[in-house]
Amino acid sequence: MAKNDTIKKTLGVTIGLSLVCSILVSTAAVSLKPRQDENKVLDVQQNILTISGLEPNASDLTRDEIIAKFKEVTPKLVEIQTGKFYTGTDIDPAAYDQRVAAKNPAESRVMPKNQDTAQIKRQANLAKVYEVIENGKVKTLVLPIHGYGLWSTLYGYIALDEDLQTVVGFGFYEHAETPGLGGEVDNPRWKASWIGKQVMDDNGEPSISIIKGSVDPNSAQAAHQVDGLSGATLTSRGVDHLVNFWLGQNGFGPFLANLKKGDA
Amino acid sequence: MSVINTKEVLISPIFNNNPIALQILGICSALAVTTGMQTSLVMTIAVTLVTAFSNLFVSLIRNHIPGSIRIIVQMAIIASLVIVVDQVLRAYAYGTSKQLSVFVGLIITNCIVMGRAEAFAMKNPPLPSFIDGIGNGLGYGVILLVVAFFRELLGAGKLFGVVIFETINNGGWYNPNGLMLLAPSAFFLIGLLIWALRTWKTDQVESEELKMAPHSVAQEAH
Repeated sequence: MAKNDTIKKTLGVTIGLSLVCSILVSTAAVSLKPRQDENKVLDVQQNILTISGLEPNASDLTRDEIIAKFKEVTPKLVEIQTGKFYTGTDIDPAAYDQRVAAKNPAESRVMPKNQDTAQIKRQANLAKVYEVIENGKVKTLVLPIHGYGLWSTLYGYIALDEDLQTVVGFGFYEHAETPGLGGEVDNPRWKASWIGKQVMDDNGEPSISIIKGSVDPNSAQAAHQVDGLSGATLTSRGVDHLVNFWLGQNGFGPFLANLKKGDA
Repeated sequence: MSVINTKEVLISPIFNNNPIALQILGICSALAVTTGMQTSLVMTIAVTLVTAFSNLFVSLIRNHIPGSIRIIVQMAIIASLVIVVDQVLRAYAYGTSKQLSVFVGLIITNCIVMGRAEAFAMKNPPLPSFIDGIGNGLGYGVILLVVAFFRELLGAGKLFGVVIFETINNGGWYNPNGLMLLAPSAFFLIGLLIWALRTWKTDQVESEELKMAPHSVAQEAH
């Protein structure tokens, strides 16, 4: 074995091994990349189909069915600060990735601490929303939302009806809250309890709140309230903050107001 | 192990020389991925493949590895295999790879893989090494699946995602034990498993390192 410990042999083994390993790894990475990218896109599309109510059981669909169904959905870009649709041609809405943009200083802004109730730190200048068009009219508007819960940033969507007021779907596609407690944000029954809620008050301010315990159906506020998750006060509070943030002045507030006026 | 018995190499890590229960290796990932049967099964397959092939490759070049850099050579082989497994999972089992998230990458640090490369593959020919890798992967998997069975059933009322006990949150009768979904419950379960295994196979009980001395103060006090 002593002959193995010469400098020449050590260098030879190192270089040979590095070469073989790097070829193996790069071949795998390059050849599987198209499939992986497609999976990511399909995953997003499947979530949007579920939350927009187009296809409640989208997770059972095959790849082709998802692609076919997703033709009914149009991605569009919205300028957060002006609340208008992005009219430029430099960025393709279908290819735009809001989460990547939020990390790029050229495409995002730092949220001032006192406005950052969702604790997102940076906000992309352009948001990617999805419209479900039926008979030439927007039937459902799907807005991306995210913010901090207890342990993690929750990423999800909220879908509004054509009145821009009634929730038709709600859910997160990525989070790392405690399973069984905060992780109950994935509970289908809880997500269903959002449907039909009214997100704005009479003055057009976001007014959805997650309360402790159960909502009293006779209360005047019942349409603006959602049951809290038991044992997950901080996750519930985080979700409350992030929904109100994204529907408010620093989120989609100006855009929704423009849309109502027919002026987006 | 002077004469290598192939069957022995394959079977013994499952109960007699279990990597988790006796060698106490790979506990970290056993805590993390055992919240569900599905993730445990995929993790078992991934670890078995990586251990088997890293053992195979390490054993193939074992007579050419300089002693001074042997650990880094093993590491490079293991890391490359793990990356390949991770890439394949992302391409063909996207949902599961999302659930396993970083833990696939962390197979690199799974003590079982490197432990077997260093302890077995460096001294034995390729075929027995490969089988030793499969055996240890299976031993790891047995514990993982048993732990996951209890955690998923008691913690979420499900097995492989199929509802067995309808939970109260979904309108059923079962009040799930939230502790089972948290990592510490795996410690309890693995502890109980080791106890059960050592009661069954008493030769696994380690002799006490320190013997309790008889009480001496009482005699002097007279």
